[in-house]
Amino acid sequence: MAEVTPFQTVGPFFGIALPFEPGDTLTGPHVMGSRIIIEGQVRDGEGQPLPDAFIETWQANAVGRYRHPEHQGKLLPDPDFTGFGRLPTDDKGWFTLVSIRPGRVRSPSGGFQAPHILVSVLARGLLTRLVTRIYFPDEATNASDPVLQLVSPERRPTLIAQPIAADRYRFDIVLQGPGETVFFDV
Amino acid sequence: MTPLVGYRRPAPGVHPPRDYGAYRATQWRHPKEPLVIIPQTLSEITGPIYGHDKVRSTDADLTSQHPGAPLGERIVVEGRVLDEDGRPVRDSLIELWQANAAGRYAHKNDTHGAPLDPNFTGAGRTMTDSEGFYRFVTIKPGAYPWPNHHNAWRPAHIHFSLFGPSFLTRLITQMYFPGDPLLPLDPIFNSVPGERAQRRLIAAFDLGLTQPGRALGFRFDFVLRGRDGTPMEP
Ligand SMILES: [Fe+3]
Repeated sequence: MAEVTPFQTVGPFFGIALPFEPGDTLTGPHVMGSRIIIEGQVRDGEGQPLPDAFIETWQANAVGRYRHPEHQGKLLPDPDFTGFGRLPTDDKGWFTLVSIRPGRVRSPSGGFQAPHILVSVLARGLLTRLVTRIYFPDEATNASDPVLQLVSPERRPTLIAQPIAADRYRFDIVLQGPGETVFFDV
Repeated sequence: MTPLVGYRRPAPGVHPPRDYGAYRATQWRHPKEPLVIIPQTLSEITGPIYGHDKVRSTDADLTSQHPGAPLGERIVVEGRVLDEDGRPVRDSLIELWQANAAGRYAHKNDTHGAPLDPNFTGAGRTMTDSEGFYRFVTIKPGAYPWPNHHNAWRPAHIHFSLFGPSFLTRLITQMYFPGDPLLPLDPIFNSVPGERAQRRLIAAFDLGLTQPGRALGFRFDFVLRGRDGTPMEP
């Protein structure tokens, strides 16, 4: 068996290659579902924003379907929605994701997961990527979500976007210290 | 409903630790809480199949993106993307970025006093073929200083980004060159635990890939996480 290639930091200069237009806007003109905006700031253990980070997001479409060959199902993928975002932070550490609210997808233990968006965090100083999930506050199914159940109740709020206006949420990513975001081993 | 087949979790000692004192920037950027282990669900097993429509034919040759030829040693970097079981990772995007021959990035935040090269941007991408092969033509990047510690220099390296078939196979790494005297001194390279794992980040000089009178050849293979044998409950 071959051994996997080790991870290395993305460093400070990925900006010449990785960002694409429009990496932060996942909604084509005819996208299905309700549009949402999620904005947030990435901060370190001293509370300093990260101007040299980026996040990648991955989510199902409005009916809970991933645009991927291994998601078999009756529903066709939405041609106007890839589900993938890549968002470099700005010079104050902020990102803004324009997307749609994802539908529910199956849980490995049966039933369905609560709507969520997967997030990878990459930056100078991160020797491997960090993985987290964005959940939604106005969502009764959070109570039975199999992943949220694995997180201690005190730390669960770090995974739930905060409403700031209609269809607009805030989700900060704190790498270390008070309010540290829950990161997952997947 | 077909059962989901997950991906193997990396063995301990494959990837760098998140907290690595010699690389100063990790100090305030590593989580102190342990990661929460979660099952691999449909969300993680799927992943972006991205970039097919973004790749132009000139993107894999970084020496032909401008009117003139860039300065530096022309090199070919070629290899395969495989999974842990040796299966090719087909039709998958690879992105790369690097400094020019003088050790300077064409990035606004790079303040190194070395010259920019008007004929070199240092960014490229390509798709693996049906057997997992990829090939780039570029120039050998220069070493460059960085503010981590007194007299700190990064060894020559090329940054790579790969997707593979799943959210779980995402990889960002750096390729180094054989015999570089800066390797034993570099905290980022040495953050990889153990010599065996470190060796997997060093390309091999390959006379067979070397083009007479034109370019030195280096071979570099990537190995992404493989599938787990046991299907999980749907
Ligand atoms: Fe670099």
